[in-house]
Amino acid sequence: MERVKPIPQTETMVLNVGPQHPSTHGVLRVEVELDGELIVRADPDIGYLHRGIEKMCEGRTYHKCLPLMNRIDYLAGEVNNFGYCLAVEKLLGIEVPKRAQYIRVIMAELTRIASHIFWLGTSGHDLGAMTPLFYGFREREKIMDLCEMVSGGRMFPLYCRIGGLAADLPEGFVAKAMEFVKEFPDKWKDYDTLLTQNAIWKQRTVGVGVMTAEEALDWGWSGPMARGSGVDWDLRRDNPYSSYEDFDFEVPLGTRAGDTYSRYLVRMQEMLQSNRILRQALEKLPDGPVKVDDPRVSLPPKEMVYKDIAALINHFKFIQEGITPPQGEIYQAIEAPKGELGFYIVSDGTAQPFRVKIRAPSFVVLNATDKLATGRLLADLIAIIGTMDIVLADVDR
Amino acid sequence: MQKAAELLKKQFASEVVEVMDYRGDTTVVVKPGRIRDICTALRDDPEVSFKYLSMIAALDYAPQSPRFALAYNLYSHKNHDRLTLKTYLESDTSPAIDSVVPVWSTADWHEREAYDLMGIKFKGHPNLQRILLPLDWKGHPLRKEVPQRGDQAALEWVDRKIRPERIK
Repeated sequence: MERVKPIPQTETMVLNVGPQHPSTHGVLRVEVELDGELIVRADPDIGYLHRGIEKMCEGRTYHKCLPLMNRIDYLAGEVNNFGYCLAVEKLLGIEVPKRAQYIRVIMAELTRIASHIFWLGTSGHDLGAMTPLFYGFREREKIMDLCEMVSGGRMFPLYCRIGGLAADLPEGFVAKAMEFVKEFPDKWKDYDTLLTQNAIWKQRTVGVGVMTAEEALDWGWSGPMARGSGVDWDLRRDNPYSSYEDFDFEVPLGTRAGDTYSRYLVRMQEMLQSNRILRQALEKLPDGPVKVDDPRVSLPPKEMVYKDIAALINHFKFIQEGITPPQGEIYQAIEAPKGELGFYIVSDGTAQPFRVKIRAPSFVVLNATDKLATGRLLADLIAIIGTMDIVLADVDR
Repeated sequence: MQKAAELLKKQFASEVVEVMDYRGDTTVVVKPGRIRDICTALRDDPEVSFKYLSMIAALDYAPQSPRFALAYNLYSHKNHDRLTLKTYLESDTSPAIDSVVPVWSTADWHEREAYDLMGIKFKGHPNLQRILLPLDWKGHPLRKEVPQRGDQAALEWVDRKIRPERIK
């Protein structure tokens, strides 16, 4: 006679993913409760990289906050500076010259491509596709070289200044950037052939981490994350800043299904659109100054500081005392590679900001981890973290 | 942008304190008592339709009173405009306000951050605990009385396991 097997007792198991885990893109810890291989609860634990940037800003002059801003989202360093400078300029009520606006757009779009390439490489790598990382870094290296040309810094160019730019573009930059713009669509095809129709890639991404358009707004999603769900919204088009209205580009929406695959398509297409903006900006780049002609806002030219006593005094006072925007509060948002990057700055009329609140896109997106992962397999959690394109420095600030 | 301000003035006449316009940004200062009703009305009204909460910023105006304030930044995808709702909290010692998580799910972490760094309590929040700082941290570092450098709570936290004798 066959023995009756006892019914196995089931209980959930708690698994600790991270903080040192290659697929968490930094120091993210996710506490996952598992029922077999199904996720019952996924609770992200953040803050390992909290540097208190918002607090540090309150003790510095407006200019001295710039190096901190580079390090919010370090994969798109210059975009953060761009947003912060725009916010302070809005507070001051000034507009930078057209040439500076165009150059800022060029830097922003270059970093957007670099950031998306990094996302493609790492999230592909997480799901077992090794090659996009190597192909992508070939082009990312060229963008890093371009960043190095303008200021000497690769990850953190620190090229934007309040009131304009640190310096004009170096000789040969436009030609080199144009060379990149011309060859990029061909290189992009390499990535596209690797993954877009790849059966394994589709199995891992289609229908994983689904968010409807309505839910995406409820969860505060922006940028490529929201567009993958079919939210037709791009701050560059809908609230243009820094001359984005001069450029002709489309806002890709993927398959509108709101899954990981749709977001993959959005980011892939965005690279091409960025390239399109780059081409137009380089072709139409106007001549003229690169910072506002106002000694209260922008530093005097370096060569004048060495020759002219008035410029030297101005430079000294500027660095020591800083600029004093009028009392008031503003919010300025830009379309960063990862979504809406906002700066809420309150000024009390002194040289230090009273409060700088940074609205980081990664922080907001990560909030929905539990919603996306619950009921899915543990392996899907890796796909979900990958598709979020988070940078932990951006999450923790 | 005037639409939202007018809507609030009409529906919540006793709640609106001030409407400010600065550099193209509209800020409506409201009383903290009915913040959830105000947010729900702004979200559900078909005209203004603020379905998206951008961020919640906590502010500390010490030594002024009222000391704490919150700024909610909303975005409308229908009209492509923004609105900042600002509210000054009544208590200077134990600031509290209704949570808006039932209105926008994204408020969850924003409110936890405001609680963690500024010590503002959100009534009705599903999981109000520290988010960026360790759970056993003392104090709320974004408050103005916490110095830029040499925060005692930070020193003690670092020492708590390594050199426990240094903590009195």
